[in-house]
Amino acid sequence: MATDSKPLLELEGVRLTFGKEEVLKGVDLHIAPRERLIVLGQSGGGKSTLLRLILGILKPSGGSVRFKGLEVGRMGRRRLNKMRQKIGMVFQNSALVSSLNVRDNLALPLEELTDKPRNEIDDLIMHKLEMVGMQDARDKMPAELSGGMRKRIALARGIIMDPELILYDEPSAGLDPVTSTLIDQLIISLSEKIGATSIVVTHEMDSAFRIATRMAMLYKGRIIAEDKPEAFRHHSNPVVAQFISGNTEGPLNEDLPENRT
Amino acid sequence: MIDLFPAVRSALQHVSSIAWLLIYTVQEMGDHMLRRRRLPFRPSIFFEQADRTGVGSVPLVALVSFFLGLTMALLTGHVLAPYGQETLVPAAVAIGFTRELGPLITGIMVAARVGAAFTAELGTMVVAEEVEAIEAMGLGPLRLLVSPRVLAAFLLMPCLSVVSNMMALSGGALISRWAFDIPMQGFWQSSLENLFIRDIVAGVLKSFLFGLLIGLIACYKGLTVRGGAAGVGTATTSSVVTAITTVIGFDTVFNIVLVALFPD
Ligand SMILES: Nc1ncnc2c1ncn2[C@@H]1O[C@H](COP(=O)(O)OP(=O)(O)OP(=O)(O)O)[C@@H](O)[C@H]1O
Ligand SMILES: [Mg+2]
Repeated sequence: MATDSKPLLELEGVRLTFGKEEVLKGVDLHIAPRERLIVLGQSGGGKSTLLRLILGILKPSGGSVRFKGLEVGRMGRRRLNKMRQKIGMVFQNSALVSSLNVRDNLALPLEELTDKPRNEIDDLIMHKLEMVGMQDARDKMPAELSGGMRKRIALARGIIMDPELILYDEPSAGLDPVTSTLIDQLIISLSEKIGATSIVVTHEMDSAFRIATRMAMLYKGRIIAEDKPEAFRHHSNPVVAQFISGNTEGPLNEDLPENRT
Repeated sequence: MIDLFPAVRSALQHVSSIAWLLIYTVQEMGDHMLRRRRLPFRPSIFFEQADRTGVGSVPLVALVSFFLGLTMALLTGHVLAPYGQETLVPAAVAIGFTRELGPLITGIMVAARVGAAFTAELGTMVVAEEVEAIEAMGLGPLRLLVSPRVLAAFLLMPCLSVVSNMMALSGGALISRWAFDIPMQGFWQSSLENLFIRDIVAGVLKSFLFGLLIGLIACYKGLTVRGGAAGVGTATTSSVVTAITTVIGFDTVFNIVLVALFPD
């Protein structure tokens, strides 16, 4: 991976406050094209928030987010929507449009943003559904699907426009091990075959190490470690080491209420 | 003394937010039409909303208006009868409903029936992050979700007012024949003779305005839902209360302006 290639996405000193609570306190991250970056971090640590900032759904209270050199926070609505068409997002809770069936959910961006004819749209939808192994669910409503099935449809929706950058918010949470591996392979093949860049938030360590070309750890509102996956396996930072091993003894426990002084 | 300042300020904030909602929605629609050379939303979505807003409200509006018209005719007739002026009953019902009661009653019912549905629906979508997902795909949630709803309320309100007027006159005609011996035919004729273009135009303009206000308030309340299912409940109640208050407020202002401008 050419580390000196121009970054696709640059986050510099990104801060975000919700009311009085400062969730992000200065996040610095550069993401190069074709990279698969895994973002690790505690629950409630601001990972989903970080993805929202990249999409311009939330505006940072400080610092800058740049996509292809353009400041996301300062884009007008038209620019922003154009950028969003190049970014696919797989939401943590799927967020499918509940009033539309699976087919129409996937067709929505295609019908609204492209001039593709109906048969071409249907072929594309079938193709993406096959990729996530959900071709039988085409005519079902989201409410008729299980959580894991919904997640896979959300994944298909995230890649329907062949985006350059795909943001996955815990794509394999709640999936069985086999499907989970299938999704991991899908993420890898998307970046290798069509050259998509990926940012993946996950808590599943096996899958994280399988996917990653680089890893970053978000802790207390900052990126405290950023390295190749091999380096993460035996990291010198005690927080990272504890997070990876899942050990209950260590610096992370200081945040638990019963240990707070 | 109660400190009114924060309340006034928050009210003004809401008013400006609703104005911005309208502006942004129109911008998103315009953008899409210019860039993609297409309708801003699929006609099917609009017709679905129009069906729910318009056709679905007809029974309620018709029923309430019929009995209100009937009551109004009965009471006016009762007051006028001792002076031998029962022949004025059709005029009273016709003018009263076309200019004032028709749009007002319809507005209140649409706010309660349709506004509540808009708010609850959009609010639930916000809670489930569906709106955010639509935004994240660059589709423009205002264009996709708000515009067909507001447009449906805007265009269907006048139609519902007409239904209301017709039913009120029918109710009035029915009771007048029985109570004051005014023949049906005569009632209709007298109603039409006493209606001026000004009354009809005022009623229609009001209805458009109320439809727009109800649609915008309902969508605004829905899109700003915070805090899960309870938030949806609160927002829906608030949407209905706000819309009804606003409709009555604007009705008063409209009447004052109209009387000031055309004091015949
Ligand atoms: N809309 C909001 N308003 C107020 N606070 C929020 C909002 N969204 C998130 N937060 C707060 O920001 C913090 C980070 O939330 P976020 O959803 O980004 O965490 P996360 O890292 O994705 O956690 P998880 O792994 O559990 O999904 C949380 O403490 C949460 O309470
Ligand atoms: Mg999250």
